[in-house]
Amino acid sequence: MATVTIIALDGLIFASWLFLVSAGLTLVYGVLRVLNIAHGSLYALGAYTAATLVIAYSHRGLWPPGTLAVLPLAAVVVGAAVGPLVERGILQRIYAREQILQLLATFALFLILEDAVKLIWGPSPYYAYRPYALLGQVRLGGVVYPVYSFLLVLVALSAGALLWLFVTRSRFGRLVQAVIHDPEISTTLGINLSRVYVLTFSLGAALAALGGAFTAPMISVVPGIAVEVIVVAFAVVVIGGLGSLPGAAVGALLIGLVRAAAIHLVPVLELFTIYVVMAVVLLARPHGLFPPPEVRRI
Amino acid sequence: MCTRSEAVRKYVPVLVAVVMGMGLAAGSGAAVLAPSAVKIGIVTFLSGAAAAPFGIPARNAAEVLIEELNAGRVPVPYSQRGIAGVPIQAVFVDEAGGADKQVAEFRRLVLDEKVDLVIGYISSADCLAVAPVAEELRALLVMFDCGTNQIFEEARYRYVFRTHGHQILDNVGAARYILRVKPDLRSIAGINQNYAWGQDSWATFRDSVRQLRPEVRVLVEQFPRLFAGEYSAEISALLAARPDVIHTSFWGGDLESLLIQGFPRGIYLQSTLVLTTGDTVLPRLGRDMPPGVVTGARGPHGALAPDVPLNRWFKTVYTGRFNVRPIYPSYHIAQAIFGVKAAYERALSRSAGWPTKEQVIAAFEGISFDTPSGTISMTLGRGHQAVESVAYGITGTYNSKTREFELTRVLSFPAECVNPPDGVRSAEWIARGFPGARCP
Repeated sequence: MATVTIIALDGLIFASWLFLVSAGLTLVYGVLRVLNIAHGSLYALGAYTAATLVIAYSHRGLWPPGTLAVLPLAAVVVGAAVGPLVERGILQRIYAREQILQLLATFALFLILEDAVKLIWGPSPYYAYRPYALLGQVRLGGVVYPVYSFLLVLVALSAGALLWLFVTRSRFGRLVQAVIHDPEISTTLGINLSRVYVLTFSLGAALAALGGAFTAPMISVVPGIAVEVIVVAFAVVVIGGLGSLPGAAVGALLIGLVRAAAIHLVPVLELFTIYVVMAVVLLARPHGLFPPPEVRRI
Repeated sequence: MCTRSEAVRKYVPVLVAVVMGMGLAAGSGAAVLAPSAVKIGIVTFLSGAAAAPFGIPARNAAEVLIEELNAGRVPVPYSQRGIAGVPIQAVFVDEAGGADKQVAEFRRLVLDEKVDLVIGYISSADCLAVAPVAEELRALLVMFDCGTNQIFEEARYRYVFRTHGHQILDNVGAARYILRVKPDLRSIAGINQNYAWGQDSWATFRDSVRQLRPEVRVLVEQFPRLFAGEYSAEISALLAARPDVIHTSFWGGDLESLLIQGFPRGIYLQSTLVLTTGDTVLPRLGRDMPPGVVTGARGPHGALAPDVPLNRWFKTVYTGRFNVRPIYPSYHIAQAIFGVKAAYERALSRSAGWPTKEQVIAAFEGISFDTPSGTISMTLGRGHQAVESVAYGITGTYNSKTREFELTRVLSFPAECVNPPDGVRSAEWIARGFPGARCP
């Protein structure tokens, strides 16, 4: 029984992390129809920015719990600074091009940002782990968990819920949906397409950075973290159905639980769990669990 | 105008010298004048995940060491400038990019850059790929950090040397150490990266412990993906299993992330952690490293290096330049550079002119030489593979002067205790109960 509890908790914690790092990717694909390989770099930028802010904050000896507040700040900074720059500078020029070119362009951007990170922060690791232990620990199922892990769950849940409300309930969200359905007609109806694109991409970038920012206190922030994330984020998004937010949530939960079960029951299989889940889902549903409806144009 | 006899008197010595010189050249094969520089290709990670923890500390050590050698500022027995007075010229190459790229880079270094030798490789995959190419090109290769024991156990090489011990000593040493400090050991668990290094390290540790104490149970064997970064579930599994000892050969960012996530959860409280590369994180984590963690340095390096004059000098020049103390990859590359210098100078003392590659190889085989980590002997792999002693200690109290935890209960195991005899494969040696091992 204890093992089942632990598997459920571990699965939930990992799923929350997975959802945070992949929600932005699926949002951007849903609206812009661009599979952004540089998503991992935005995550890394978020992690580095958060680490820098946490270190700067700690050095001033300010109220310790405030370090938790600087984490979302990092996401806002990256979203606002890098989002519009990338969308206006690169993406808007390639919307009309074939997908392979879009992939190449975002891959190039990924490589550029990798080196930019090294240029700005250097090759040495950054440590910003103070917030991780700040909230204390709880004992659940006979195992000690840091409260921070449950903060991560909370952040993922709220990010997902807010995003869902935003897209389905707000005026801007409705404009976004119109654009998803038919960009051309949306334009003729007076929707400012560029504005929708730039805001959506910046939101996606901020989400990626949010994932990075909340990961920074758990890891040694080093060059190369971007590429690790992009692989798992792609898997989650493909399992859920490209462009589907609920899909990303379910995909993350599925991978999280299967992986946690593997780690506790058959650890040697851990390496394959993500790919096994992906293969099984895609065999049954080639477009993922919740593919957004395709509008057929005649 | 000079007379004939005067001319004879004047030129005969010159003629004699020329003839003798030709005779010497013919006699020794190709004794030549000393070159203007000994050109060494140095391959280490300058980018990617292994750069900051290993590659750059190694590169930095090579840089400062070569500068000091060329200036003649290194203590005895290395006080002669460069190599036998000839300056060393280093060509640094990035090890990132995979084994195929490294094979191409090695060819380029040998054929285009015309280096005299290559010192290189942190990744075992690169060592395994490049070694046969060194044989094919008849190019001298000195491996400085890669851990796999396969190199000289699976093949014979003439042009390849390795001046540090392989992973067997880390893990046999860890097993012997843990049984000394925890004589009532009942269960072990491991978390190691899922590739050759992690799998081999764990298998060596597990099999050694079980060979020495057959009743010890293995509770959990975790193998997360390399560079996974997130170990929440693995840590839960280790906490739930409550083993007496948790072994890990994690390194670099992965090791730091594992500790950052494990420490607040008390992973070191209910189990004794054994970190085979733990010395690298002592200066990085400083005060945040908890007490009671068994720490190794893949040999007598870093915090576990002997207090000898060469080590004191090495620490001073390295720390003076880089504001951080050297860690084991720095010590490993120092061993390679000192080994090369010792081999060249030994070869020179045996030949009339500058030694040929063959003479350097003959001098390198089986040599013993001083390093900041003590005396190193090339006793395995027919004189091509070094053995080292190994030391482990436990983090005790924080030293605010060095800004790191001090190691207590330090125990050192001599090379003959933790390395198989020449010609015996490591796995076989462990399985047969370490025949020939001489331990204190």
